[in-house]
Amino acid sequence: MSTTAPPAPLLPSNAVDSTGPITAADGTPLQTALSRATRKARIRAFLLVAPLLAFVVLTFVAPIGQMLWRSVSNDSFSANMPALTAWFAENEALGSDGGPEGDGIPGEDAFEALATDLKGARENRTAGIVGTRVNYDLSGTRSLFTKSARQARKLEAPFKAALLDVDEDWGDAELWSVMRSASRTYTGDFYLAALDMQRNVDGEIEAVPENRRIYVPLFVRTLWLSALIAGLCLLLAFPVAHLLARLPLRYSNILMIFVLLPFWTSLLVRTTSWMVMLQSQGVVNDLMVAVGIVGDDGRIQMMYNQAGTIIAMTHILLPFMILPLYSVMKTIPHDYVRAARSLGATPSTAFWRIYFPQTVPGIGAGVLLVFILAVGYYITPALVGGSSGQLISNLIAFHMQKSLNWSLAAALAALLLAGVMLLYWLYDRLIGIDNMKFG
Amino acid sequence: MNRQAVIAGAIALVFGGAAQAADEITVMSWGGAYTKSQVEAYHKPWMAETGNVVNSVDSDNPATPIKAQVEAGNVSIDVADVEYSDAIRLCDEGLLEEIDTSMLPAAPDGTPAEEDFIDGALTDCAVANIVWSTVYAYDTTKFEGNAPTTIADFFDLEGFPGKRGLRKSAKANLEMALMADGVAPDEVYDMLESEEGVERALAKLDTIKSEVVWWEAGAQPPQLLADGEVAMSTAYNGRIFNAAIGEGQPFEIVWDGQILDFDLFVVPKGAPNAEAAMDFIAFATDTQRLADQASWISYGPARKSSGELVGLFNDGKTEMAPHMPTAEANLAGALVNNFEFWADRDTEISERFNAWLNI
Repeated sequence: MSTTAPPAPLLPSNAVDSTGPITAADGTPLQTALSRATRKARIRAFLLVAPLLAFVVLTFVAPIGQMLWRSVSNDSFSANMPALTAWFAENEALGSDGGPEGDGIPGEDAFEALATDLKGARENRTAGIVGTRVNYDLSGTRSLFTKSARQARKLEAPFKAALLDVDEDWGDAELWSVMRSASRTYTGDFYLAALDMQRNVDGEIEAVPENRRIYVPLFVRTLWLSALIAGLCLLLAFPVAHLLARLPLRYSNILMIFVLLPFWTSLLVRTTSWMVMLQSQGVVNDLMVAVGIVGDDGRIQMMYNQAGTIIAMTHILLPFMILPLYSVMKTIPHDYVRAARSLGATPSTAFWRIYFPQTVPGIGAGVLLVFILAVGYYITPALVGGSSGQLISNLIAFHMQKSLNWSLAAALAALLLAGVMLLYWLYDRLIGIDNMKFG
Repeated sequence: MNRQAVIAGAIALVFGGAAQAADEITVMSWGGAYTKSQVEAYHKPWMAETGNVVNSVDSDNPATPIKAQVEAGNVSIDVADVEYSDAIRLCDEGLLEEIDTSMLPAAPDGTPAEEDFIDGALTDCAVANIVWSTVYAYDTTKFEGNAPTTIADFFDLEGFPGKRGLRKSAKANLEMALMADGVAPDEVYDMLESEEGVERALAKLDTIKSEVVWWEAGAQPPQLLADGEVAMSTAYNGRIFNAAIGEGQPFEIVWDGQILDFDLFVVPKGAPNAEAAMDFIAFATDTQRLADQASWISYGPARKSSGELVGLFNDGKTEMAPHMPTAEANLAGALVNNFEFWADRDTEISERFNAWLNI
């Protein structure tokens, strides 16, 4: 007699109980067990990247964030002139016809607060900080603060008359309007300045006079030159990358060294080499004079101007275009073009309809890479750009290092960052970031 | 030798600097021939006398790192050599230690330091060591038989063709442009107070703008002249002196329209070794040291009593006195830099200058 043995249970009997939750071998619900197991894996993964994360946050996100924060936050006035700041907060803006005498100048109480603060500034040696802050917006006022602070101890009521006696500039409506806006710790004024705009006496926003506009034209120049350099790099890199991808390995490897060698060479060395090559008494000009293309007094100025910036930066950024192009072209089988030709396509049709579209991911990556690098370039334009070849980063450096107006530098940098992100977003919408291939 | 001794020895080697009794200070200056003159005249004798160590570092403008370092709370400079307007500005912003001028040694004849220094050479936070000037110099091989002699010649491209070198900043350029345009030296700053004055200076600069090569570091102008990259250039007078007398380059200085200025020693707030820094400043600015410095580079000493001690250049034959910016013959047509004007107007004028330069 044969009886069919009941099938050995594959799972604990309760596991097949379709009404209850599925459980693991130890009886815990499968979902919990699973999430516990994956949580462990997730924690492990997180711990593995934690050092890098901490490194990036500490050395990159935090300092940059702190720097950018300065573009909207500047407490050099409010921290050092507390009484006057409080007065500004309690009293509405006067406007050019406000104040007790209708001339935009506040009354005695404001001057009393000012005198108190000047005395404090004298003791703490902060008059220069306040003066520098106000001077950003109204030139020539820095010494007004330092001078008045030096004499602050002698000030007595009535303070308005006393301060006007120290310097009649205290009776300037524009100064009071500027001090009011400087007294706000959080301000958008530095972004206004970075966009070539300012506030007038009544607090309205207006463009600065034409001969002072500099940042917007420089932003435009930076974007335009970067686009031009990316375009030039593409023109030069495309045939090179194609050649590298098509040659037999033993030749292409040698050629690759020629691409990588400058890539590994210091940026400064390459920039100064271009100075030696291109300056008016340099190698190229000497050669042209020797051959007789130009006369000795007709040497061509290729350095210390825009041409210098374009030539040097195109050369320096070229590898960033060649490498992604090469890596994409390497993967395109040559059979496609041959097939197109055998089916009757002309060389140009075969190139444009078959080969070129397949290189687009490489072009996208290269152009984006070169463009973004070029937008932030600093040292090369500083060295070879003369005056017409300066980029916005040179002005950021100027405000970081020379004028020491870090808030304005931060505002300019934030605008540059926002501009690059906007372009990145546009690129993503138009071409799609997934289509990009860095190699 | 057991292992512990080796480890202890290695640790001592690594941290040896801290264990030494001698002080170590960092002095930041402007580089090139100027730093060398300070090393020879101040650093080496001070090190020999006190046994302390001086680290000499250079910058395009030592005032620049001070703000960054003090604000970041990470000061590594003990003494910096800065321009007058920067010394005033940094002091007003509380970024410098105050210097007690009574610690400065008296002149050999007993005149107290406060009276021995030239007017304006001592401020709350700074002690001047030299008087220097911005001049222009030309390559004599390019102007044989027809040499430029006035500041106006610098702006005369027809009479004196060739590229010009100018410092990439508003300071000094605007003053020189106005003087070349016929403004008397004592009216220059009054004129620059107004917008028309600045525009007039820029209009004058416009006449040579296409031929200008801009420099930033003080060592560049002699290099540009030597390379033949420019025919004439503004420069710090000592740099040209060193290239011309020290290295035999065919450069000649035009003193007309020179702009005199001080360089001063300052101590950043929170300097790691402020006490030794003060001692260094007192030592370096005594009568003999300032006179010694002048034998290495043609900058005038800031003490009156040093004047008569100034002798020969270190080549042993060149009399230094006529090469000093303060020499009687060189002072005709000279302008003294107005530090307060620049401390006040630098922001506005630099903005305008940058717009003019870059656009």
